[in-house]
Amino acid sequence: MEPNPFKVKNSNFANKGLKKMITINKQEVEFRPGETVLQTAQRAGINIPHLCAFEGATSHPAACRLCVVEVDADPRLQTSCTLMAKDGMVVRTHNPRIHKARRNIVELLLASHPDDCMYCSKTEDCQLSALASELGIRERRYSGIKKTNPIDLSSPSIVRDPNKCILCGRCVTVCHDIQGVGAIDFTGRGYETRIDPAFYAGLNVSGCIFCGQCLKICPTGALTEKNHVDDVIKAISDPNIIVVAQVAPAIPATLLEEFQLPSLVGSLELLAGLLKQIGFTAVFDTSFTADLTVMEEVTELIERVTQGGTLPMFTSCSPGWVRYVELHRPELIPNLSTCKSPQQMAGALIKEYYKGIDTGGRRVYSVSIMPCTAKKFEAQDLGDIDAVLSTRELQQLLNRFGVKLTPNGIRAPLDVPFAEATGAGRIFGGTGGVMEAAIRTAHKMLTDEELGGDLKISQARGLQRLKIFSLDVKGTVLKFAVVNGLGEIKTLLDMMANDNLNLHFVEVMTCPGGCVGGGGQPYNTDIETVKKRLKLIYDADRKAGIRLSHENEQVKALYRTLLDKPLSKTSHRLLHRSYMTRKCG
Amino acid sequence: MNPSELIKPCCEHCRHTKGTPCRNLIDCISGGPFCHESDNCRKLRTLRLDRIRRGGEGTLIFLGAGTCGLANGAASIAKSIKNFLNANAIAAHIIEVGCVGFCQKEVFVDFLLGQGPRLSYCGINPQNIEELLDEVLIKKNMKNRFLYARLNEATEDLSDIPLIKDTPFFRLQHKLVLENCGIIDPSSLDAALAAGAFQAAAKVVRDMTPAQVCDTILESGLRGRGGAGFLTGQKWRVALDTLASEKYLICNADEGDPGAFMDRAILEGDPFRVLEGMLIAAYAIGAGKGYIYCRAEYPLAIERLQQAIEQCRAAGFLGHNILNSLFSFNLIIKQGAGAFVCGEETAILASIEGGRGMPRPRPPYPAVSGLHGKPTILNNVETLANVPGIITKGTSWFKKISTGASTGTKVFALSGSVQNTGLVEVPIGIPLRKIIYDIGGGALPSHHIKAVQIGGPSGGCIPEDKFDVLVDYLPLKEQGAMMGSGGMVVMDETSCMVDVAKFFMEFIRNESCGKCAPCREGTTRMHEILVRLTEKPVGDELQRLERFRGIFHLEELAETCRETSLCGLGQTAANPVLSTMRFFRSEYVAHIMDNHCPAGVCQGLKTYFIDTDLCIGCTICKKKCPSDAIVGDRKQAHYIIGDRCIGCGACADACTQKVIFEASKGRNLLEINGAQSV
Repeated sequence: MEPNPFKVKNSNFANKGLKKMITINKQEVEFRPGETVLQTAQRAGINIPHLCAFEGATSHPAACRLCVVEVDADPRLQTSCTLMAKDGMVVRTHNPRIHKARRNIVELLLASHPDDCMYCSKTEDCQLSALASELGIRERRYSGIKKTNPIDLSSPSIVRDPNKCILCGRCVTVCHDIQGVGAIDFTGRGYETRIDPAFYAGLNVSGCIFCGQCLKICPTGALTEKNHVDDVIKAISDPNIIVVAQVAPAIPATLLEEFQLPSLVGSLELLAGLLKQIGFTAVFDTSFTADLTVMEEVTELIERVTQGGTLPMFTSCSPGWVRYVELHRPELIPNLSTCKSPQQMAGALIKEYYKGIDTGGRRVYSVSIMPCTAKKFEAQDLGDIDAVLSTRELQQLLNRFGVKLTPNGIRAPLDVPFAEATGAGRIFGGTGGVMEAAIRTAHKMLTDEELGGDLKISQARGLQRLKIFSLDVKGTVLKFAVVNGLGEIKTLLDMMANDNLNLHFVEVMTCPGGCVGGGGQPYNTDIETVKKRLKLIYDADRKAGIRLSHENEQVKALYRTLLDKPLSKTSHRLLHRSYMTRKCG
Repeated sequence: MNPSELIKPCCEHCRHTKGTPCRNLIDCISGGPFCHESDNCRKLRTLRLDRIRRGGEGTLIFLGAGTCGLANGAASIAKSIKNFLNANAIAAHIIEVGCVGFCQKEVFVDFLLGQGPRLSYCGINPQNIEELLDEVLIKKNMKNRFLYARLNEATEDLSDIPLIKDTPFFRLQHKLVLENCGIIDPSSLDAALAAGAFQAAAKVVRDMTPAQVCDTILESGLRGRGGAGFLTGQKWRVALDTLASEKYLICNADEGDPGAFMDRAILEGDPFRVLEGMLIAAYAIGAGKGYIYCRAEYPLAIERLQQAIEQCRAAGFLGHNILNSLFSFNLIIKQGAGAFVCGEETAILASIEGGRGMPRPRPPYPAVSGLHGKPTILNNVETLANVPGIITKGTSWFKKISTGASTGTKVFALSGSVQNTGLVEVPIGIPLRKIIYDIGGGALPSHHIKAVQIGGPSGGCIPEDKFDVLVDYLPLKEQGAMMGSGGMVVMDETSCMVDVAKFFMEFIRNESCGKCAPCREGTTRMHEILVRLTEKPVGDELQRLERFRGIFHLEELAETCRETSLCGLGQTAANPVLSTMRFFRSEYVAHIMDNHCPAGVCQGLKTYFIDTDLCIGCTICKKKCPSDAIVGDRKQAHYIIGDRCIGCGACADACTQKVIFEASKGRNLLEINGAQSV
């Protein structure tokens, strides 16, 4: 293709100004410093196919070779994910030569890919299939051997099918660079290359923490969650079982944003309406046990601070993080709060509650709806919960019954005694939320006065992966840290080891952005979506009537009737747990 | 390990120690002393140098004990020599040297008796070593049947023995990097120093600035000998100009091409030359730390390197303040775990960093951001071995060696169907024909050479009628081959070119790192297509069609691999296929259209038939046939169904009457079946 001389001149002329421009397909596009051609093009609305680069990646393996582009004055095709935009650069992203190369690569990927798209759980979200369609591949030209590796079903959370893996390496990048876990990596050579845990072990005995960030970005069906939809449906259709659900704090925000529902609490009621319609007996709010967690955790924290316990205390709400400690940093077990996660507290309380109720001899089947895959492991590990549905599985469940969330659907109130949640419980779904809720209650417990102002702890909010701050609570200076995205925990632990940070309380959420960016969330979750969901939960908090966990009437009632007080004997039995050192392999 | 004798002080005036090194140490070895005037010292130094140059005192036996020598029994020969010497009460030193280059005639045993000359005997094995020792040491019959050549000037009665450099195998060679290989003791720093080692390094660190060194190498036109042929000086300059707190130099000794063993021979035969080259390169770019990335399959090379590094450290040629220049350089050997792709420069970096050896995208080039993100220069063993010579003898000397556009010499590992195999170092620009026919001695008796494969899995095959091509970077590329690292495999009519392409494709398929899709998947599919070509079409219509269409797919896949692969391995993966398709299309056609392999190599295309007149119907062949292709009742003549026969030949081997034959070449299935029905 001939370069367009006029465009080149124009772009040179434009360079005299401050704007830095590159020309993509004869269209001038301004680029930001440090941007790759791929990023610039995507921003300008020019879609360059890519299967290995992904938003938020810290390094680009340039492995899929699909994002190749032509750059003027260079005879070679270059990968736009690694090509830095330079002023005056003239790039072509789509032409016959590039099309042919891309088509061939996708055809090659398809040649060794199983032909079971109709049965694949990622069918609708498969980026490989979308790309094949986009490139007009309607015929199998290359044939030959296919991969026949065993499917790894060992993990309670994640199913790994190496045969569907196209070795793009996204999971490896996210596991190593973003989550800092490094449970999987490339093994083997040539056509026998695979992505595996160390020594080809099953995921259950690997270093994997089941956070599910890998399966969220996997372009194919190679990584999926262990699906519990059928189990739940079976339970629903069994007359001898009553099925109850609990809904995690991050879920309503996700639904609200996905289905344009009216409000956060409203979307929860709409969901409860649908669930009851399809056969659930009761729907509880996990945000309620979030409030309860605050009560227990803050009491524990104050006890540790005043009585010289192990500090800093780490939160234990995030099961991926808990598993990380148990597997990789067992020396930190004394630092973990002994509180169960809200899911497990709710699980235990639901069981306890139904003990005192006549169910007509029917067994209680407890389902939790979570934005998380690690919760599946936690439920299996600690019991009390029978099935954990990710946000994606919730969608599948609703589809199976032919119902859809709409703003005008039937609403049902959530079921007492675990129906009420305060603004503090609602923000548990985002990074810094546990911290913020805890500080509000801690202030009250320490000083007997409410935290003034708009109750906002802005230092805890925001998407920075590591936030460290201190607060002066009537003369007592408390130091806090908030981590989201487990990769940063290493930074924090190194800082703690070297700089004597004297932290009191650390909130750790395994997934970037917290639970709203969890591994069980819809596949298309990107940073902007996470931001939107965070805004929604903070809005809900702002508008909530009660915004303090210790003001939750149902929590108070629970303490009056059952638990007595935080850290009581009963609450230890129901709401606290112990930890164990786990070993890989 | 003996401390170096040559750098020992001659008297108390010489103040060189490792801690307080002398700048003139190297020059002092041959021309010294400089710091004080003493005839005694001068005499002492001269005598010392002469003795070491000779190899020692008394009777010397040099044994070619490189890997090729060892493979031919050098270890047990050494034992036999010792026994012989003991039994006959003869005092002699045995010196194990590397490979002189004529691997085919290994083991070489040289004798240096009294005033010399040093005589070389070849083709020695554990069986005939006693005979040789008896002839030379007892009967003093120097001109016995094993005599190959003499290495240096001789007195009259031995002067009719040809000098080694005048023998046919060596006459057209120009030994530069292989100069000392097979001649000097590779485990001795003294032997290397006596042969002139470290003179270039001493000159560089004392008299030249890093920029001057880069310019000199650039001026010499030295190109990377590892394959790509980038200008070494230019690469160094980039690293020199990049500011960084730390820089690294890596010697790429991960030689993995099938049929290539040049680097091994250099490392085994003259490791100090490589170390000196590294020292100069490190000085030129300002690197304080270097790695030698050597494949673990070269245990002897690693041992020699380790010895060399230790001796250099002890002598102060490695470490702090080398030769009082304030320049410091340290070296580490890193062993490769056997991945071919780790010869690719960015994969080496990943491997040294402790990761999986997978290439990473360039840019940034390692010269700017390499090991641990710091500027890093990677040079091949042979490239580095060229450097000292350029410094001592000058760029114009280096340029004059070659007759082509590029400068210097290139070492090739000549192997395959040729009379003389071994390592040949030739001036760049020599016609290929001269290497094959003059040095290599041409085809084996009653064979004729068909092609030569140059450049390993990234290279291509050059047919006999193109042998006038000059061996240089560009001309070879124009013929679809490449200089590569130096593998040169000669093939005659018994080689099938489709089979050759299949071999290299299988190699790449197995050695691809698996990272990028076109290389991993593309080479697999290309290999499958080639496998189908070398087998008879079986299965249904679709599969038959697939086999036929494969040939069109090959070209398309080759292009995709070349255009989109991440590293050189994938980009050049299709070269063996493309070049054989270009020059040997008829062989491909015969495979596809006639189901016939002209060279008779592809077992899957062979067809067998039973002479029905002679078959006694013993049923043994029927039982042996793995593909149920033989029909026939007991005591009745049997018959092979051509379509089912996979050509394994098991029936012919099993036949008690020897009445099963392979269909003769040039006849296709139809003819055979037709002949049978008559």
